[in-house]
Amino acid sequence: MREILTRYGRHNIGFLWLFVEPMLFTTGVTVLWTLSKSVHGSSLPIVAFALTGYSSVLLWRNMPARCIGAIEPNLALMYHRNVRPIDIFAARLLLEGGGATISFVTLSLFYIYIGWLEPPEDVLTVIEGWVLIGWFGCGLAMLMGALAEKSELVDRLWHPASYIMFPLSGAAFMVDALPPAAQKYILYVPMVNGVEIVREGYFGDHVRVHYDLGYLFAWCVALTLLALTQVADVNRGITPE
Amino acid sequence: MISVEHVHKVYPTRTGDRVVLDDISFSLGKGEKLGILGRNGAGKSTLIRLVSGAERPTSGSITRSMSVSWPLAFGGAFQNALTGLDNVRFISRIYKQDYRQNIDFVASFTELGLYLREPVRSYSQGMRARLAFAISMIIEFDCYLIDEITAVGDAKFHEKCATELFHKRRDRAMLIISHDAEYVRNHCGKFAVLEDGKLVFYPDFDQAMAAHTHNLHLNAQ
Repeated sequence: MREILTRYGRHNIGFLWLFVEPMLFTTGVTVLWTLSKSVHGSSLPIVAFALTGYSSVLLWRNMPARCIGAIEPNLALMYHRNVRPIDIFAARLLLEGGGATISFVTLSLFYIYIGWLEPPEDVLTVIEGWVLIGWFGCGLAMLMGALAEKSELVDRLWHPASYIMFPLSGAAFMVDALPPAAQKYILYVPMVNGVEIVREGYFGDHVRVHYDLGYLFAWCVALTLLALTQVADVNRGITPE
Repeated sequence: MISVEHVHKVYPTRTGDRVVLDDISFSLGKGEKLGILGRNGAGKSTLIRLVSGAERPTSGSITRSMSVSWPLAFGGAFQNALTGLDNVRFISRIYKQDYRQNIDFVASFTELGLYLREPVRSYSQGMRARLAFAISMIIEFDCYLIDEITAVGDAKFHEKCATELFHKRRDRAMLIISHDAEYVRNHCGKFAVLEDGKLVFYPDFDQAMAAHTHNLHLNAQ
C-alpha cells in the first residue's frame, strides 16, 4: 500500500518540485528578512533564524493544505476495498513531510557550505523539534482533511486561519524577545514550542528558549487521536464515484 | 460465499434521508451467477458497491468468505492523471501482484499500443472501457461484480469480454447488474429485481423480466 507514493512521482515530470518549491520559498523569505534586517529581537544570524522559522512553518502548514480535499480526486480509487482515506492521507503526509525535510536539510547544508550559516549546535535537538512539528502537522492535517470532507467551510477557513497563525507561530520571533506577559500566552500556541526546540538545537547556548515539551506532546497526541476518529468516521460515509 | 444480511443503506439528501436499500438479504455461493435487474436509480450500483466493500451499509452486515472483485464498471477505479501503464502498476501493487506480466496481458487485450503511455484522461470512452476491463482481468477473484460493463465498446470488445469472463472464468461466482435484460438472461442462473429498495428473487428469468417490465411501465404512467 505504501507504494501509492510512487503515483505522485509521476504527476508531472519534475517531482523535484516537491522540495524545490519549499526551498525557493525559504530562500526568498531568508533573503527578504536579511535585506530588511527584520527586527527579531536578538542578535542571532538572520539566515539561521529565517531558515529554522520558515521551514517549520512550511512543515506544519503544507501538510494540512495538501490533505484538505485530498479525498475527492482519489474517489475512483476507493473502488478498491483496500484503499481507504487514511492511505491517501498517509501518502500525502509522507510526501509533504519528506519534501519539507529535504528542503530544510538541503538548504542548511548549502548555507553552511557557502558560509552563511554555522552548523547547528545540537543536531539531535533540532531533529526532535522537527519531528514534533511534523507530528503536529500530520495530526492537524488529517483532522482538517477529514473535516473538510464533511464541510467545505474547513477549506475556506483554513487559508485565512493558516495566515493568521503564521505570525503567531514563532517563525518570526524568539519567545525570549517578547514581554514576559506575552510569553505566557504565546506558548499556548503549540507550534511555538516546536520552533523553540528547533532553535535551541540550532543555536545552543546563544539563546534562551522557552518551551513546554509535555504541552506540545499532549497536543500532538490529542490531535492525532481526534484526527483518527474523524478519519474513521469519514471512512464510513465514503461513496466512491 | 458472500452473505448479505438485513442490509439497509440510507443516503442523506436535501429533502431528508432517502432509503436506497431496505432490508436486503441474500447469499451467493461459489460459482453462482446472480443477475439483478432494476430501473435507473433503483440502487443496483449502490448494492454492488456495498457487496464489494468499497462502501459501508448503514446497518446490516455483509460477510465475504471468498475473494471479491471491485465493481467492474466501464470507468472508475482509475487515477485519471496517470497513464494506462501506471494504472496497471498501481492496481497490481495494491493487490500484491507482479506487474510485468500484467502489462503484457493488458497491452495485448486492449490493443491500445502507444496510448498506454498517455494519461487516462485523454482516452476515449471505448479506450477507457477496454483498459478498465483488462485491468479487472489481471487479478483473479472467486467472485466478480459486474456493473454494466458492456455499456460501451464495439462488438469485438464485447466478444473478448465474454470470452474472458464467461468462458475462461466459467467456474467463478458473479453478480451482474444491468438494464440489458438479454445480457442477464444469457449469463445468469439466478434472477432478482431491485425496486423501491427491495430485492425480490424470481425462480426463472421470465418472471423476473415480467416484474421488471411491470416496474418500468409503472414508472411511465
